[in-house]
This record gives sequence, C-alpha cells and structure tokens, in this order.
Amino acid sequence: MTLAMQPRERAVPGSGPATAGSARTAAPQTPAVPEVRMPRHLLSAADLDRATAEHILSTAQRIEQAMAGREVRKLPTLRGRTVVNLFFEDSTRTRISFELAAKRLSADVINFSAKGSSVSKGESLKDTAWTLQAMGADAVVCRHSSSGAPQQLSAWVDGHVINAGDGTHEHPTQALLDAYTLRRHLGSLDGRRIVVVGDVLHSRVARSNVLLLSTLGAEVTLVAPPTLLPVGVTNWPAVVSYDLDSALVGADAVMMLRVQRERMSGAFFPTEREYSRSYGLDSRRRDLIAEHGVVLHPGPMNRGMEITPQVADGAGSVIVEQVANGVTVRMAVLYLLLSGESDSAAGTAADSVADSAGGLA
Amino acid sequence: MSSSIGADPRPVLIRGATPYGEQPQDLLLADGVIAAVGADAATDPRAADAEIVDGTGFVVLPGLVDLHTHLREPGREDAETVETGSRAAALGGYTAVFAMPNTDPTADTAGVVEQVYRLGHEVGLVDVHPIGAVTVGRKGERLAELAAMAYSAARVRVFSDDGDCVSDPLLMRRALEYVKAFDGVIAQHAQEPRLTQGAQMHEGIVSARLGMVGWPAVAEEAIIARDCLLTDHVGSRLHVCHLSTAGSVDVVAAAKKRGTTVTAEVTPHHLLLTDERAVGYDPVFKVNPPLRTASDVGALRQALADGVIDIVATDHAPHASQDKETEWDNASPGMLGLQTALSVVIETMVRPGLLDWRGVARVMSEAPARIGGLQDQGRPLAVGEPATLVLIDPQALWTVDPDALASLSRNTPYAGMQLPGRVVATFLRGRATVSAASLVGG
Repeated sequence: MTLAMQPRERAVPGSGPATAGSARTAAPQTPAVPEVRMPRHLLSAADLDRATAEHILSTAQRIEQAMAGREVRKLPTLRGRTVVNLFFEDSTRTRISFELAAKRLSADVINFSAKGSSVSKGESLKDTAWTLQAMGADAVVCRHSSSGAPQQLSAWVDGHVINAGDGTHEHPTQALLDAYTLRRHLGSLDGRRIVVVGDVLHSRVARSNVLLLSTLGAEVTLVAPPTLLPVGVTNWPAVVSYDLDSALVGADAVMMLRVQRERMSGAFFPTEREYSRSYGLDSRRRDLIAEHGVVLHPGPMNRGMEITPQVADGAGSVIVEQVANGVTVRMAVLYLLLSGESDSAAGTAADSVADSAGGLA
Repeated sequence: MSSSIGADPRPVLIRGATPYGEQPQDLLLADGVIAAVGADAATDPRAADAEIVDGTGFVVLPGLVDLHTHLREPGREDAETVETGSRAAALGGYTAVFAMPNTDPTADTAGVVEQVYRLGHEVGLVDVHPIGAVTVGRKGERLAELAAMAYSAARVRVFSDDGDCVSDPLLMRRALEYVKAFDGVIAQHAQEPRLTQGAQMHEGIVSARLGMVGWPAVAEEAIIARDCLLTDHVGSRLHVCHLSTAGSVDVVAAAKKRGTTVTAEVTPHHLLLTDERAVGYDPVFKVNPPLRTASDVGALRQALADGVIDIVATDHAPHASQDKETEWDNASPGMLGLQTALSVVIETMVRPGLLDWRGVARVMSEAPARIGGLQDQGRPLAVGEPATLVLIDPQALWTVDPDALASLSRNTPYAGMQLPGRVVATFLRGRATVSAASLVGG
C-alpha cells in the first residue's frame, strides 16, 4: 500500500475567511511521485487533486482486471464493514450501482430509503445521522435533494460519507465513472476537448465533471442556452458557448445532460422542439466530433429530446459502458476510503485486494 | 422586575465617561433625566446619595434603538419571547426595539399590537414598539386596519410585511398613501417574489459553485426603485428594510438626491459577512436578504458612512434549533443580532475610521428613533433630557459564545468570533437595566 492518508479538514464556518479547497496541509513529498491524498469523505470532485483522482481511476482499472474472468465476482476486501445507502431521493440506478459495488467488495449493505421511513415523518437529517452513527456505519452513501446535505451529514457521523448526488450541487462518483470511461477510449485526458451539453444550471453531473475533467487536464466546453447556465459560470474552469455545432467540431467527446421537461414551466426555454433543434444531439451533429470521439450520457435519457435514439445506440456511444464502469469506480472509491484507516482489518483488506488484483501496490 | 417601574431609582453619578467619545464628563442621572453634566454633576445635591459608576475609558451614547427586531411572541415562544428578547436588547445597549409583526397570530390588528406592547411594558427592560402588518395576515392581498393600530394604545407608526414584500404595486401605493393620515411609514422588505422563487443565497459565483438557487441583487433593487417612485408620486414616507446590495445603495442615493422621502437600514451581518460563508452549508449563515459579496459589503459600509443608508437595524431573528439544524434549503432564514450589533458596528465602521461615536449615535439611536416616531428616545446627552443611555467599553474584546447570549435561540453567525466593544451599562429613563455588563435583577 502506498496510500498516504491526509484527512482533509473541512472549512469551519465562522472561522475567518472561507478556505474550502485550500485546507489541505502541505505534506512532505518527493517531486517525482505526486502524493495521493484520499479525502476522508468524497463530497465534491474538488476534494480530489490530480494525483488522487488518477489513483482512484487506476485502482478501478486494477479492480476491473482482478474481476475479469472470475467465476465468483466478489472480492473479500470489505468483509465485516457496513455500507449504508441513505437515499432521500429516488434513484434506482445510482443506488443499485453503489449496492452492487459494496456487495462485490463483501461489505454488508443496508438500504435506507427516505420513502416510507421515519424521514418522511419529519425526522431531521441530524437525527438520521445520529441513528446511523449509533448503528456503526463505516460508510454512508448519501443521495439528497438538498445541495450540501451530504456535507452536513459528514459533520455528524464518524463514517466516510460519499455524495451520491446532492440537489443541484455535485455527483462526484458520476464524474469519476465518466472520466474512467473517457480514459478507456481516449487514454490520457490531457488536452482532450470534452463538450458538456444541456441543463448545466441544475446539473450536479456537470458541476462534478467540470471540476474533475479540468483537474485531469481536459479542456471542458459547456454548451447550453443562456437560461440554463448559472450566473457565476464565468468563474468555472470551462469555456462557455451557446453554439453546439461549432463547439462539437473536432471534439474528443460529447456528454449530453438530461433535460427535465418541467424546466419549460420555469421559462428556461420555449418548447421541447426548439430546445431539441438548438441543443439536441442528432446524427448530423454527432458526425462533427472527432473520428475517435465518444458520446456519453449519465442517464436516464430523454430519447428524442436531448439525444436521438440513433445517436444513443449508434457508433461511438459509450452510454451502456458508463453503467458498468459506474460499479467498478464505486468499488474503487469504497475500497480507498474504507481501507485507508490504519487498523489491522484495513491492512488485511488491502492485502487481500493486492492478492486478488495480482500485485496491487 | 415590573415592580421597579415607576419607582424613582437612586440617582447615579457616572464619572469620567466620554459622551460621544469626546471629552470625559461627569453625568448625574436623577428623576429619570440627565440632571447635570460636567463639573455641576458631582456638586449637585442629588449626587450626595448617588450610586457612583466609574466611567473612565468608557463611551456614553444615547440608548440604542432597533427599528427591526423579531421577538417571536405571540406564536413562537420556543424561539424567543418579549422577555428574552428584551433581555438581549438591554444587554446589547438598546433602550427601544420595534417588534416585527410576523408572529402567530400576525400583528395586523389593534388587539395583537396592544398585546405585544403590553408584554414589553410589563418586562420593562426596553420600550417595545410593535410594528403593524401592512396587509391582513401579511398575505399581500388587502390592507390591514392600519389606522386602528395607529390609534391603539401601541400607537403604531411603522408598518411592514417583513419577511414578505408588499409586491403588488397598487397595494403598495395605497399603503403609502393611507399612512400619511397618521404620519406612518411603510418599511418595505424589498424582494421581487418571482425573481426569487426558491432562492437560497446570493446569486453569483458562490451559488453557482454550491449549486443553490440564486437570490439576485436585482430582485431587491427593482423593488426599491419602484417604491421610491411610488413614494414620490403619492408624497409619502418609505423605509427600506435591510438594504443589502451596492446597486440598492445607488438607487437610494439617486432617490434621495431628487428629494424622495426615503430612509434605509443595513444590518450588522451585511456589514461584516459575505456569501462565502455559505460554503460549509451551515444554515446559521442563511438569512434573507442573503449575505452578499465583498464589494457589496464595502459599498454598504461607505453608504452608512455617507448617510445614504440612515441606520443600522439588527433584523434579530431567533430560530429554534430544529429550524436551523437541517438541510440548508429547509432551514429558516435569519440570525441573532441584538447583543452583537454594536460590536459589529465598532468592528466594521468605527475601527476603520468610517464612523465616529457621533456617527454611531446617529445611525443606531437618533435616526431610528426619528424614523419610528419616538419622542423620548435618541435624544441628545444634555441636561433635562431622558436618562436613556448606554455606557460602552470600546476597548474590551469578547468572544461570542452562543450559549452565553440572552436569547432563547442560538443562531448567531458570530460564534467563536472575537469582537470589540462591550456594553457596560444601559439606562432606561434613569433606571439601570444593565449594570457591570449584566442584567439588573436578571
């Protein structure tokens, strides 16, 4: 194990100028090998520097290799550890992906859905957190409709919190699986041009991808109608365009975001048809990207709205692969967060994956 | 505590304190008034049996007046009561507070405003002046019985739907016109509702990063501009609550220049804190209007120094912990303010040289009393005037401890922060409500 743990301090509100993102303490490191600093919680793609993000992706790659050809697709790594899927918002796809990831690592998985539980009866997030704390959850995978809820939760539990999508804020494991998928097809993301199209304003996928892909050296172009871009987007590490055709020319990848039909009532765009005409990905537009280029979509898709079925199912579409990679990347995240602790169980766990993976150093 | 009301307290001789931070003077308080100032004070026969207060190094100002307080009673006595809010006010150097009407029931009838007024009188620590709701139930649909409140025992002169904007332009026009009959003022919570649907924090760089629905500055500025024009048109009086943006400063400055009878307030938190505070998603920093940017903060301080903004008002908004320790978008907006306001003003205005102590007296006592129509508050520190004043140790530094505040609630955004200036004593018509930085009889 070359994992160096550097628990990241959270910015403490009220303690002077906010320093989120700069709270990492400088650690001694050799210039040749950038140090991996796995955060205690994965709340934002901004929690990951380049070395750490690449370490997660290469760990995922080794897990994929270790799993390949196995009859029993299960690693003993997290045996005896408890992962709670705390979903305050419906998301079958993401929950199943995390559940499968945890189970393939032999963790005990508890699904805590807000629907029909005490949460819908007015139990506060804090009380829920204390309940999980009392039950000894080692990791809490949290999906919530309120931006920032996983970060608040992380202050109230000892376990590792993984943001599985919070409001219109972030969805960091989605960005990791997108980056993983992109790397499989494009190799290094350095200087690669990735076009992200659609409802950036309300998209946690877009926020996490802009942060992570730019950390990994890619050039991100955001394309959306001006109404679906946040006012502060100018500060993001991305280029902004309103013109999809010109942005697509020669791009290495295009990522289409789901556009919710109810946005029309907020006067964000006049009609579905007009949106689709200006910002939908059809075959003609798909042909504008580079020959080696790929098409991504975080799902679920509105076929015929932001993407035509021909493109979704056509050449260069990696949409189905994204789903498979999601499980692998989430295994890597769970493994790295939970095995970073210096107790003997974690050491054993690390060894076991190293063995399974045939020399995970 | 109510037993002391009316009974003439023992005379008090404050020695060597500096009125308005200028020259050290002795002040004799007797019979509810400032009986003597300077060399006469110690030689006055009434000084013989006076209680002596050593005021060396302390500043004396007229008692502070808060035009914007939420006392939560009736309805949310778990968050604050008239009594606990009065305690916080006295400890903060206040001698009068205006209580906002967003209670349950709403203070939109003579009955409710008289109840709040009576509760304040019984507690007796500060003068509690109820603000009446502009519209029935603060729903923005039809005018409340404003004249009934004005002619009630509470003598309401300030009307506001605070928490909500009187957004209907016709209703706002009518309200401005109607209160002219009794020299009332409409205190507007300027927030265009359509532009702020679901808004959680200032719309800008930080909201974009945090993924929260933005509260754009223009939603405040557009309403202020409209209301200034309406005020011109009907010849009435407008007060702008908690002005929070640089653009609003420009709008008010332009209106004042052309003669609009508009006054404006700024809160302590908008003078000190910025939207970066939202980064940790701690709802203690959720407030309405939201914390803005550093350049807004700079513009607000300058406008307060220049007189474009007339007063500092706390918008003291206590909330029970279950309404704050929750997801940001479910949390109630608002912050405690009464016990920290003076310190924040010292930190943001006095220390940087933007306001002297005369200026502090103007923006925290004299002007709010004038806007609220109070005759016996915000008076000069002169012989014969009410002995309603505050004694301040400007050098003291203290660390804000939420548990040590008098409010029933704990939602101070300054927890753990070190602030300058401490209220040593508060006098209401000659009677000490605070002495040695503690409540008298509390």
